[in-house]
Amino acid sequence: MDTHDWLLFLHVLAAFALVGAEVMFTFLIFWLWRTDVPADIARVSGLSRIGSVLLGIGAMGTLIFGIILAFEADRYAIWDVWIIAALVLWALTLEVGRRAGAAYDAAGAEARRLVGEGRTEPSPELGAMFRSSNARTLHFTSVGLIAVLLLDMIFKPWA
Amino acid sequence: MTVLAATRPTDWDFPLFLHVLGAAILVGGLLTAVGMQVLAWNRREPGDLVAYSRGGFWALLTVALPGWVLMRFAAEWIRSKEGWNGDNDPSWLGVGYLVADVGFIVLLLTILLAGFGVRRVRRPGATANTLGRIATPLATILLIGYLVAVWAMTAKPD
Repeated sequence: MDTHDWLLFLHVLAAFALVGAEVMFTFLIFWLWRTDVPADIARVSGLSRIGSVLLGIGAMGTLIFGIILAFEADRYAIWDVWIIAALVLWALTLEVGRRAGAAYDAAGAEARRLVGEGRTEPSPELGAMFRSSNARTLHFTSVGLIAVLLLDMIFKPWA
Repeated sequence: MTVLAATRPTDWDFPLFLHVLGAAILVGGLLTAVGMQVLAWNRREPGDLVAYSRGGFWALLTVALPGWVLMRFAAEWIRSKEGWNGDNDPSWLGVGYLVADVGFIVLLLTILLAGFGVRRVRRPGATANTLGRIATPLATILLIGYLVAVWAMTAKPD
Protein backbone atom coordinates (compact mmCIF):
# COMPACT_ATOMS: atom_id res chain seq x y z
CA MET A 1 0.00 0.00 0.00
CA ASP A 2 1.34 3.40 -0.93
CA THR A 3 0.56 6.89 0.35
CA HIS A 4 -2.26 7.34 -2.15
CA ASP A 5 -4.02 4.17 -0.95
CA TRP A 6 -3.84 5.29 2.68
CA LEU A 7 -5.07 8.78 1.85
CA LEU A 8 -7.97 7.33 -0.14
CA PHE A 9 -8.85 4.99 2.73
CA LEU A 10 -8.82 7.83 5.28
CA HIS A 11 -10.88 10.02 2.91
CA VAL A 12 -13.51 7.27 2.46
CA LEU A 13 -13.45 6.45 6.19
CA ALA A 14 -14.19 10.09 6.96
CA ALA A 15 -16.99 10.03 4.38
CA PHE A 16 -18.50 7.03 6.16
CA ALA A 17 -18.39 8.95 9.46
CA LEU A 18 -20.15 11.87 7.78
CA VAL A 19 -22.86 9.75 6.14
CA GLY A 20 -23.15 7.57 9.26
CA ALA A 21 -23.89 10.67 11.33
CA GLU A 22 -26.56 11.79 8.84
CA VAL A 23 -28.11 8.30 8.96
CA MET A 24 -28.11 8.49 12.77
CA PHE A 25 -29.82 11.92 12.79
CA THR A 26 -32.39 10.75 10.23
CA PHE A 27 -33.18 7.68 12.33
CA LEU A 28 -33.61 9.81 15.46
CA ILE A 29 -35.95 12.21 13.64
CA PHE A 30 -38.20 9.33 12.54
CA TRP A 31 -37.82 7.61 15.91
CA LEU A 32 -39.14 10.63 17.78
CA TRP A 33 -41.64 11.70 15.13
CA ARG A 34 -44.83 11.04 17.07
CA THR A 35 -43.72 11.89 20.58
CA ASP A 36 -44.52 15.00 22.59
CA VAL A 37 -42.99 13.60 25.78
CA PRO A 38 -40.04 15.74 26.98
CA ALA A 39 -38.16 12.74 28.46
CA ASP A 40 -38.27 10.91 25.10
CA ILE A 41 -36.67 13.83 23.26
CA ALA A 42 -34.22 14.67 26.08
CA ARG A 43 -33.13 11.03 26.24
CA VAL A 44 -31.44 11.06 22.82
CA SER A 45 -29.29 14.11 23.56
CA GLY A 46 -26.29 11.91 24.33
CA LEU A 47 -26.61 10.05 21.07
CA SER A 48 -27.08 13.21 19.03
CA ARG A 49 -23.88 14.59 20.60
CA ILE A 50 -22.03 11.48 19.39
CA GLY A 51 -23.55 12.13 15.96
CA SER A 52 -22.34 15.73 16.02
CA VAL A 53 -18.78 14.63 16.88
CA LEU A 54 -18.87 12.05 14.06
CA LEU A 55 -20.18 14.69 11.67
CA GLY A 56 -17.35 17.05 12.60
CA ILE A 57 -14.67 14.37 12.21
CA GLY A 58 -16.22 13.22 8.93
CA ALA A 59 -16.55 16.72 7.52
CA MET A 60 -12.99 17.76 8.36
CA GLY A 61 -11.54 14.40 7.33
CA THR A 62 -13.20 14.36 3.93
CA LEU A 63 -12.05 17.92 3.25
CA ILE A 64 -8.45 17.56 4.45
CA PHE A 65 -7.75 14.14 2.92
CA GLY A 66 -9.70 15.07 -0.21
CA ILE A 67 -7.59 18.18 -0.81
CA ILE A 68 -4.34 16.28 -0.13
CA LEU A 69 -5.49 13.59 -2.58
CA ALA A 70 -6.24 16.19 -5.25
CA PHE A 71 -2.66 17.49 -5.00
CA GLU A 72 -1.06 14.08 -4.56
CA ALA A 73 -2.66 12.31 -7.53
CA ASP A 74 -1.29 13.22 -10.96
CA ARG A 75 -4.61 12.47 -12.64
CA TYR A 76 -6.53 15.05 -10.64
CA ALA A 77 -6.16 18.78 -10.17
CA ILE A 78 -7.83 20.89 -7.50
CA TRP A 79 -9.48 22.98 -10.24
CA ASP A 80 -11.17 19.99 -11.90
CA VAL A 81 -14.87 20.73 -12.24
CA TRP A 82 -15.98 17.71 -10.19
CA ILE A 83 -13.59 18.63 -7.35
CA ILE A 84 -14.74 22.25 -7.28
CA ALA A 85 -18.35 20.99 -7.34
CA ALA A 86 -17.52 18.69 -4.42
CA LEU A 87 -16.04 21.58 -2.42
CA VAL A 88 -19.13 23.72 -3.06
CA LEU A 89 -21.45 20.82 -2.14
CA TRP A 90 -19.40 20.12 1.00
CA ALA A 91 -19.72 23.75 2.15
CA LEU A 92 -23.45 23.84 1.37
CA THR A 93 -24.03 20.55 3.19
CA LEU A 94 -22.27 21.81 6.29
CA GLU A 95 -24.11 25.11 6.38
CA VAL A 96 -27.55 23.53 5.82
CA GLY A 97 -26.70 20.80 8.35
CA ARG A 98 -25.57 23.40 10.88
CA ARG A 99 -28.92 25.20 10.58
CA ALA A 100 -30.85 21.92 10.88
CA GLY A 101 -28.75 21.01 13.93
CA ALA A 102 -29.49 24.38 15.54
CA ALA A 103 -33.24 23.83 15.11
CA TYR A 104 -33.15 20.33 16.61
CA ASP A 105 -30.74 21.40 19.37
CA ALA A 106 -33.27 24.07 20.41
CA ALA A 107 -35.96 21.37 20.73
CA GLY A 108 -33.53 19.17 22.68
CA ALA A 109 -32.64 22.02 25.05
CA GLU A 110 -36.33 22.76 25.64
CA ALA A 111 -36.97 19.05 26.35
CA ARG A 112 -34.12 18.96 28.89
CA ARG A 113 -35.44 22.14 30.53
CA LEU A 114 -38.91 20.61 30.91
CA VAL A 115 -37.44 17.38 32.32
CA GLY A 116 -35.32 19.44 34.72
CA GLU A 117 -38.49 21.14 35.97
CA GLY A 118 -40.04 17.74 36.55
CA ARG A 119 -42.61 18.14 33.78
CA THR A 120 -43.15 14.69 32.38
CA GLU A 121 -46.49 15.22 30.68
CA PRO A 122 -46.64 15.52 26.85
CA SER A 123 -45.93 19.02 25.56
CA PRO A 124 -47.57 19.82 22.20
CA GLU A 125 -45.37 22.93 21.89
CA LEU A 126 -42.24 20.80 22.24
CA GLY A 127 -43.60 18.33 19.68
CA ALA A 128 -44.30 21.19 17.30
CA MET A 129 -40.72 22.46 17.74
CA PHE A 130 -39.31 19.03 17.01
CA ARG A 131 -41.56 18.48 13.99
CA SER A 132 -41.16 21.97 12.54
CA SER A 133 -41.19 21.90 8.76
CA ASN A 134 -38.20 24.26 8.73
CA ALA A 135 -35.98 21.85 10.67
CA ARG A 136 -37.21 18.87 8.64
CA THR A 137 -36.64 20.65 5.31
CA LEU A 138 -33.14 21.69 6.33
CA HIS A 139 -32.22 18.19 7.48
CA PHE A 140 -33.48 16.44 4.38
CA THR A 141 -31.86 19.08 2.17
CA SER A 142 -28.51 18.25 3.81
CA VAL A 143 -29.18 14.52 3.24
CA GLY A 144 -29.95 15.25 -0.43
CA LEU A 145 -26.79 17.33 -0.78
CA ILE A 146 -24.70 14.48 0.65
CA ALA A 147 -26.28 12.09 -1.88
CA VAL A 148 -25.38 14.50 -4.71
CA LEU A 149 -21.87 14.83 -3.25
CA LEU A 150 -21.50 11.04 -3.30
CA LEU A 151 -22.75 10.93 -6.90
CA ASP A 152 -20.21 13.61 -7.82
CA MET A 153 -17.37 11.64 -6.17
CA ILE A 154 -18.24 8.45 -8.02
CA PHE A 155 -19.32 9.74 -11.45
CA LYS A 156 -16.63 12.45 -11.53
CA PRO A 157 -18.39 14.54 -14.20
CA TRP A 158 -16.11 16.30 -16.72
CA ALA A 159 -13.07 14.51 -15.28
CA MET B 1 -5.31 -1.46 -8.34
CA THR B 2 -6.22 2.08 -7.36
CA VAL B 3 -5.48 3.25 -10.90
CA LEU B 4 -7.81 0.53 -12.18
CA ALA B 5 -10.49 1.73 -9.80
CA ALA B 6 -10.04 5.31 -10.92
CA THR B 7 -10.29 4.44 -14.60
CA ARG B 8 -13.21 2.00 -14.34
CA PRO B 9 -15.81 2.08 -17.11
CA THR B 10 -18.58 4.58 -16.45
CA ASP B 11 -21.32 1.92 -16.59
CA TRP B 12 -20.02 0.67 -13.21
CA ASP B 13 -20.64 4.02 -11.61
CA PHE B 14 -24.30 3.58 -10.72
CA PRO B 15 -23.93 0.15 -9.08
CA LEU B 16 -20.85 1.48 -7.27
CA PHE B 17 -22.92 4.42 -6.02
CA LEU B 18 -25.56 2.01 -4.69
CA HIS B 19 -22.86 -0.20 -3.14
CA VAL B 20 -21.23 2.70 -1.29
CA LEU B 21 -24.61 4.15 -0.30
CA GLY B 22 -25.74 0.79 1.11
CA ALA B 23 -22.47 0.35 2.99
CA ALA B 24 -22.75 3.85 4.46
CA ILE B 25 -26.36 3.20 5.55
CA LEU B 26 -25.25 -0.10 7.09
CA VAL B 27 -22.45 1.59 9.03
CA GLY B 28 -24.79 4.42 10.08
CA GLY B 29 -27.36 1.91 11.33
CA LEU B 30 -24.72 0.00 13.27
CA LEU B 31 -23.34 3.20 14.80
CA THR B 32 -26.84 4.18 15.91
CA ALA B 33 -27.56 0.72 17.31
CA VAL B 34 -24.26 0.51 19.19
CA GLY B 35 -24.85 4.00 20.61
CA MET B 36 -28.36 3.06 21.79
CA GLN B 37 -27.21 -0.25 23.25
CA VAL B 38 -24.29 1.34 25.10
CA LEU B 39 -26.70 3.88 26.59
CA ALA B 40 -29.04 1.03 27.61
CA TRP B 41 -26.18 -0.92 29.21
CA ASN B 42 -26.16 0.71 32.66
CA ARG B 43 -29.72 1.99 32.84
CA ARG B 44 -31.91 0.86 35.69
CA GLU B 45 -34.84 3.21 35.11
CA PRO B 46 -37.39 1.15 33.10
CA GLY B 47 -38.31 4.01 30.73
CA ASP B 48 -34.70 4.58 29.67
CA LEU B 49 -33.93 0.88 29.45
CA VAL B 50 -36.92 0.10 27.21
CA ALA B 51 -36.43 3.19 25.03
CA TYR B 52 -32.73 2.61 24.35
CA SER B 53 -33.19 -1.14 23.86
CA ARG B 54 -36.02 -0.56 21.36
CA GLY B 55 -34.01 2.13 19.59
CA GLY B 56 -31.06 -0.22 19.16
CA PHE B 57 -33.26 -3.00 17.83
CA TRP B 58 -35.13 -0.80 15.34
CA ALA B 59 -31.89 0.81 14.12
CA LEU B 60 -30.57 -2.67 13.31
CA LEU B 61 -33.80 -3.87 11.70
CA THR B 62 -34.86 -0.81 9.70
CA VAL B 63 -31.50 0.78 8.86
CA ALA B 64 -28.59 -1.67 9.10
CA LEU B 65 -30.37 -4.63 7.50
CA PRO B 66 -31.70 -2.74 4.42
CA GLY B 67 -28.27 -1.11 4.12
CA TRP B 68 -26.66 -4.56 4.03
CA VAL B 69 -29.12 -5.76 1.36
CA LEU B 70 -28.45 -2.72 -0.86
CA MET B 71 -24.67 -3.02 -0.36
CA ARG B 72 -24.61 -6.74 -1.14
CA PHE B 73 -26.99 -6.55 -4.12
CA ALA B 74 -24.93 -3.76 -5.69
CA ALA B 75 -21.68 -5.64 -4.96
CA GLU B 76 -22.95 -8.61 -6.96
CA TRP B 77 -24.04 -6.28 -9.77
CA ILE B 78 -20.54 -4.77 -9.99
CA ARG B 79 -18.92 -8.22 -9.85
CA SER B 80 -21.06 -9.42 -12.77
CA LYS B 81 -19.90 -6.40 -14.80
CA GLU B 82 -16.23 -7.01 -13.97
CA GLY B 83 -16.33 -10.60 -15.19
CA TRP B 84 -14.89 -12.19 -12.06
CA ASN B 85 -16.01 -15.79 -11.62
CA GLY B 86 -14.44 -16.87 -8.34
CA ASP B 87 -11.25 -18.31 -9.87
CA ASN B 88 -9.68 -15.00 -10.77
CA ASP B 89 -11.00 -12.86 -7.91
CA PRO B 90 -8.50 -10.44 -6.36
CA SER B 91 -7.76 -10.98 -2.65
CA TRP B 92 -9.40 -7.72 -1.55
CA LEU B 93 -12.66 -8.93 -3.09
CA GLY B 94 -12.38 -12.09 -1.01
CA VAL B 95 -12.00 -9.97 2.13
CA GLY B 96 -15.11 -8.03 1.15
CA TYR B 97 -17.16 -11.17 0.55
CA LEU B 98 -15.98 -12.82 3.75
CA VAL B 99 -16.77 -9.81 5.90
CA ALA B 100 -20.11 -9.16 4.18
CA ASP B 101 -21.40 -12.73 4.29
CA VAL B 102 -20.14 -13.76 7.73
CA GLY B 103 -21.23 -10.33 8.90
CA PHE B 104 -24.75 -10.99 7.64
CA ILE B 105 -25.11 -14.05 9.88
CA VAL B 106 -23.78 -12.06 12.83
CA LEU B 107 -26.13 -9.18 11.93
CA LEU B 108 -29.16 -11.50 11.92
CA LEU B 109 -28.09 -12.98 15.26
CA THR B 110 -27.62 -9.49 16.68
CA ILE B 111 -31.09 -8.43 15.51
CA LEU B 112 -32.66 -11.53 17.05
CA LEU B 113 -30.88 -11.00 20.38
CA ALA B 114 -31.78 -7.31 20.42
CA GLY B 115 -35.42 -8.12 19.55
CA PHE B 116 -35.81 -10.76 22.25
CA GLY B 117 -34.02 -8.41 24.63
CA VAL B 118 -36.67 -5.73 23.98
CA ARG B 119 -39.44 -8.24 24.70
CA ARG B 120 -37.84 -9.13 28.01
CA VAL B 121 -37.24 -5.58 29.23
CA ARG B 122 -40.88 -4.71 28.57
CA ARG B 123 -41.90 -7.17 31.26
CA PRO B 124 -42.70 -5.60 34.65
CA GLY B 125 -39.73 -5.47 37.00
CA ALA B 126 -37.04 -5.79 34.30
CA THR B 127 -33.88 -3.96 35.38
CA ALA B 128 -31.35 -5.07 32.77
CA ASN B 129 -31.30 -6.19 29.16
CA THR B 130 -28.98 -9.22 29.24
CA LEU B 131 -29.68 -10.22 25.64
CA GLY B 132 -29.13 -6.63 24.56
CA ARG B 133 -25.80 -6.69 26.39
CA ILE B 134 -24.78 -9.73 24.35
CA ALA B 135 -25.91 -7.96 21.17
CA THR B 136 -23.81 -4.87 21.92
CA PRO B 137 -20.32 -6.43 21.44
CA LEU B 138 -21.64 -8.33 18.41
CA ALA B 139 -22.78 -5.08 16.80
CA THR B 140 -19.43 -3.50 17.71
CA ILE B 141 -17.52 -6.39 16.12
CA LEU B 142 -19.69 -6.02 13.01
CA LEU B 143 -18.88 -2.32 12.86
CA ILE B 144 -15.14 -3.02 13.10
CA GLY B 145 -15.44 -5.78 10.48
CA TYR B 146 -17.22 -3.51 8.03
CA LEU B 147 -14.58 -0.82 8.55
CA VAL B 148 -11.94 -3.44 7.66
CA ALA B 149 -14.00 -4.12 4.52
CA VAL B 150 -13.98 -0.39 3.72
CA TRP B 151 -10.18 -0.53 4.00
CA ALA B 152 -10.02 -3.57 1.68
CA MET B 153 -12.37 -1.98 -0.86
CA THR B 154 -10.51 1.33 -1.01
CA ALA B 155 -6.85 0.42 -0.50
CA LYS B 156 -7.25 -2.84 -2.47
CA PRO B 157 -4.26 -4.71 -0.98
CA ASP B 158 -2.86 -7.52 -3.16
